[in-house]
Amino acid sequence: MASEAERAQAAASTRNAWLLSTPALVLLFCAAAGPLLIVLVYSFLAKGDYGGVAWNFSTDGWVGILFSRDIFDDTLQLADAHLTIFWRSVKISLLTTLITFALGFPTAWFIATRPPKARAMWLFLITIPFWTNLLIRTFAINEMIRNEGVVNSFLQGIGLISEPIRMINTDLAVLIGMTYVYLPLMVLPLFAAIDRFDMRLLEAGYDLYASRLQVLRHVILPIVKPGIVAGSILVFVPSLGAYVTPRVLGGGKNMMIGNFIELQFGQGRNWPLGAALSIALLLIVMIALIFYVRAATKGSNPHG
Amino acid sequence: MREGPRFLLLNRIGCTQYDQNIRKMKTHDRGDLLAETAAIMAKGVTKAFGQGETVVRALDNVSCEIRTGEFFTLLGPSGCGKTTLLRLIAGFEMPTDGQILIDGQDVTGQPPNKRAVNTVFQSYALFPHLSVAENIGFGLRMKGIARAEIDRTVKEMLALVKLEAMAGRRTSQLSGGQQQRVALARALAPRPKVLLLDEPLSALDLKLRKEMQVELKRLQTETGITFVFVTHDQEEALTMSDRIAVMSAGRIQQLGAPREIYTRPRNRFVASFIGDTNFLGATGVPGGAKLGSGQVIAVDTGGKGGQITLAVRPEHVEITTPDAEGAIPAEVHGSVYFGTDMNYQIALADGSEIEACVQSGVTGEAQIDRGAKVGIRFAPGSVLMLED
Ligand SMILES: Nc1ncnc2c1ncn2[C@@H]1O[C@H](COP(=O)(O)OP(=O)(O)O)[C@@H](O)[C@H]1O
Ligand SMILES: [Mg+2]
Repeated sequence: MASEAERAQAAASTRNAWLLSTPALVLLFCAAAGPLLIVLVYSFLAKGDYGGVAWNFSTDGWVGILFSRDIFDDTLQLADAHLTIFWRSVKISLLTTLITFALGFPTAWFIATRPPKARAMWLFLITIPFWTNLLIRTFAINEMIRNEGVVNSFLQGIGLISEPIRMINTDLAVLIGMTYVYLPLMVLPLFAAIDRFDMRLLEAGYDLYASRLQVLRHVILPIVKPGIVAGSILVFVPSLGAYVTPRVLGGGKNMMIGNFIELQFGQGRNWPLGAALSIALLLIVMIALIFYVRAATKGSNPHG
Repeated sequence: MREGPRFLLLNRIGCTQYDQNIRKMKTHDRGDLLAETAAIMAKGVTKAFGQGETVVRALDNVSCEIRTGEFFTLLGPSGCGKTTLLRLIAGFEMPTDGQILIDGQDVTGQPPNKRAVNTVFQSYALFPHLSVAENIGFGLRMKGIARAEIDRTVKEMLALVKLEAMAGRRTSQLSGGQQQRVALARALAPRPKVLLLDEPLSALDLKLRKEMQVELKRLQTETGITFVFVTHDQEEALTMSDRIAVMSAGRIQQLGAPREIYTRPRNRFVASFIGDTNFLGATGVPGGAKLGSGQVIAVDTGGKGGQITLAVRPEHVEITTPDAEGAIPAEVHGSVYFGTDMNYQIALADGSEIEACVQSGVTGEAQIDRGAKVGIRFAPGSVLMLED
């Protein structure tokens, strides 16, 4: 039984907590919730003739995500071009997540098993790309893989190929760029998880008749799973909304959702569609995350 | 083969029945019956860590034979190579030189997952993502045993270590003693030929340790599995083991039954590591050994002359009057009260000091004063000549 004084004290501390977090809450509202609300409202308005929105209620923006209106008879048709862009975005994001995991796991393992001093140095090296602007890093990749770029010049120089391999402005180029950009976001949470992993469990696994592969599958992966989940989210979510990398490396044709949204606010002059796309992307990511986290944490309860 | 028909019969009855029969026999009988194949055989095993200047010889030409079904203990101070020998048997390390045989098979190059031995790790190394039951079933699952049989064995093991109620728990929700039992059950579940235990009790408090000592001994007799147990605690080794290998500096100093190790230590290291011992410098003379103070005492020196070292336990030193028959004159320098016993520091004529251990009187007061002139005698047969 809480006494009167205790209850008063609890109430006061709750009040204080709210008071203390007010600046953060205000900032959060202005920076995140407010703009989001504006976007949500815009998605239900009609488009203005020269961009912007007209203040009439309309669902055209939402319909436009999947359908386009025929210019002649005004019927709705499934917009193949849109679907292609969505599919490419999901495909490239999933592949980026998989590839960064495949590259990042051994890297994180390597770093986590170094002596403390060397470990600090490797972690420092991993974070170096963050020092440079994303745009510049992406142009650097462009410089590497374009037809007259470093890779092609080198291969031609040593006579391995006579024609340059065309990589720039393809999905492959986007994938290479995204993998490069997001790799550290996979490595760091994996490192944190592997660093906490008790290496003595490996010997326990081998001792109990597990092969190397079985130790990986039945001991290491389940235990470092929180790191895998965190890394995958950190890579997949921004990949899906990526803008700079597909723009610089994919050219105008290999658009992803981010570029498509930008198009609506720019040349497309269809702000409601852009707004609806943004909200849809947000919802899809949220739903995907909920399912993913559910599935990923299922195996880790005692009877799972 | 006198035993032939009996083996056939046993085979038909089944393995369990056979195991039980073996268990009922005394250890030495068991040893005779299965002596042809030792559970573990180490042949000239050397293990060196590092290279060049900084090379450490953790094991130096170690040979020993561990009999099937016995409780075998590796005893020695920290750093003497006990863990290294265990890890070589388990397969976590490869010997620099020499061979390891399990059940007569040379396993020297085999990885741990191919060897029919299991380890109880000092840190337990339980899998945090698995329940108690899943931990215990892990080895069987990796071996590809059928689900139903795994479930049955896990249940048996849970009963064996009295953890039935904990089957679904996470290992992090268990006490230290319970985690220890899970580690034991997990290692026993695949029915290994040999169970390796690396100081399994050192993390437990004294009361729990005593309980687990009894528990371990019970598990060993109930399962009939060969145990190789590592400890640096001489009392633990003496009370639990069928045989003990006393190790020091990467070598086995002496191997034998607890009684043999205690009553007939072979060298200075074994004598001082196990129990308290007085060392006396002497010279070998016909019929015995001549002490520094001039008296000749009866010792089996094997005819060895020159400088020798004698050992005698404090409890075998008797304090009498200086004029008693065969007494060596001495002087009491002090006494220390140990509860049941009283230890006297006694100086001989040549200045060498020895300790005598006498049962305490009713009041616990010292019976003999400091500075008293006394005589000492050694219990017949209690003085040993050491190899060095
Ligand atoms: N992996 C290793 N690398 C280098 N030296 C080691 C290694 N393992 C053990 N040693 C050395 O070998 C010796 C024996 O160690 P160990 O077998 O652990 O002793 P114990 O278990 O008896 O305490 C020690 O001097 C130790 O420092
Ligand atoms: Mg050790």
